[in-house]
Amino acid sequence: MVAKKSIKFIKFLVLFLVSFNGFAGGDKNPQGNTIDTPDEIREYISHHLKDSHDFHFFTDNASGTHYSFPLPVIVWTSEGLKTFMSSAFHHDDAGHVVVEKGGVKLTKIHSKIYELESGASSVSFDEDHHATNAHKVLDFSITKSVFGMLLAGLLMFLGFVALAKSYKKGPIPTGFGRVLEPLVIYVRDDIARPNIGDKKYRKFMGFLLTVFFFIWILNLLGLTPLGFNVTGQIAVTVCLAIFTAIIYLFSASKDFWAHTLWMPGVPVILRPILAVIELVGFVLIKPFSLLVRLFANMTAGHFVVMSLIALMITLKKDFGPIGSTGMSLVLALFISVIEILVAFLQAFIFTMLSSLFIGMAVEEHDHH
Amino acid sequence: MVAEAVLKKIKQKKLSNLYSMETLLNDFSVGLFVMQAVILLIIILLMRKFAWKPILNALDEREGGIANALKSAENAKLEMQNLQADNQRLLKEARAEREEMLKEARDMKNKIIEDAKTEASDTANKLVAQAQASIESEKKAAIADLKSQVANLSLEIAEKVVRTELSNKDKQLQLVETMLGEKSLN
Repeated sequence: MVAKKSIKFIKFLVLFLVSFNGFAGGDKNPQGNTIDTPDEIREYISHHLKDSHDFHFFTDNASGTHYSFPLPVIVWTSEGLKTFMSSAFHHDDAGHVVVEKGGVKLTKIHSKIYELESGASSVSFDEDHHATNAHKVLDFSITKSVFGMLLAGLLMFLGFVALAKSYKKGPIPTGFGRVLEPLVIYVRDDIARPNIGDKKYRKFMGFLLTVFFFIWILNLLGLTPLGFNVTGQIAVTVCLAIFTAIIYLFSASKDFWAHTLWMPGVPVILRPILAVIELVGFVLIKPFSLLVRLFANMTAGHFVVMSLIALMITLKKDFGPIGSTGMSLVLALFISVIEILVAFLQAFIFTMLSSLFIGMAVEEHDHH
Repeated sequence: MVAEAVLKKIKQKKLSNLYSMETLLNDFSVGLFVMQAVILLIIILLMRKFAWKPILNALDEREGGIANALKSAENAKLEMQNLQADNQRLLKEARAEREEMLKEARDMKNKIIEDAKTEASDTANKLVAQAQASIESEKKAAIADLKSQVANLSLEIAEKVVRTELSNKDKQLQLVETMLGEKSLN
């Protein structure tokens, strides 16, 4: 039942993507040459690691055709909210194409949307390649990352609602639910319960389970050739870490604050110093460690996998096409397998540390 | 020359800036952050309502059911053991009762036999005593009869003797003399 549904969903997705392919194809690539030098590869990788405004699969550089579909751009400009499809930029990412929309001139430079100052008709750059006559706008676009999040959310929702429904028929789930159920039990019994405690874990399960599966699905999506890099976006990991911090700071017990702000059992002179250290630790350092860990791991993973794939090109001169391809294939395969593990591991670590911090905050000391 | 140097500088900077703090901050998109926060919040709320709550409740229910089943199985086992112990006890009791009853019966039999024996011997004794008594009395009567007959006979003999003796005067004196001699005055 569930499997049938998911197959239907995938069919729908494929149809959706293919249909967009149809009318998005045909745009000419202005550069029009293949990516074969180290600098171009580096540029390509760093471009991929960033968020983008259209869903790009690949570009046939010989004919200059992009296989991609546009995503909606929603920006808050000096003239208010503006929406249009990203196809208006014609795959330009260097500020060459200026889109005029209701009195504001918008352009895209390195995956960021800039608003040109009034009077300017094209972007001028200083020697560090910073735009001098344009500024960034607040960008609420359905970017590739937002699209990825929505996709992950949808997949999660469909899968787990099906599992929840299957319990109405009997105590043991059937189909794909059999795979999902042990994961839920794993998060509950091996992450939440030991760290938060049997009495209080229940309240935080909604957040922990959601975050665990959300991160995991996004990490796995990142390994597909669709090329999502959602958990490698620093804004995403900052948001996740802030959620965790808000949850543990607002559910902290009296004991936690008493211990943090006026540590018993140490000399009185040291107590204010310790309070500052503890506060900084809980408010800044712990969330920071969460967000940097996830961001750095996922970014590094993508970077390494892509670099190894690029070996095919960079080593072609030294090892010949077969040698370099073979080497790249073996190494990329090896790292990809490790990345599958890392995808799970990072979701696990994020959830584990979140529950650990929550556990520290809600803990009640009964020894005084 | 100058242009070349600048280009070189840009290139170097680009390389080193690939992941510097500046690029990191530049990559931070406030819009994406806001979108992520909104999406995450909505997903958490939706998942909690439609997925996690029913799933966790179902799991709790199932685990509770399993725990209960195990507990009741354990209880049933204990009860079974108790029942068996009870049976054993009952059997033992029954056996003891049977023993008791048999013993009682045996005792009663013995007593009855004993009683019968005593009664019989009592009766026999009584009969013997009665017989003896009647024999005694018969004997006494016989002796009394004999005595009276002997006395009568003696009297008759004495009468006859006296009659013959007293017919002669000398003899009468002689008799008195012998009798007096016999009955010395002491």
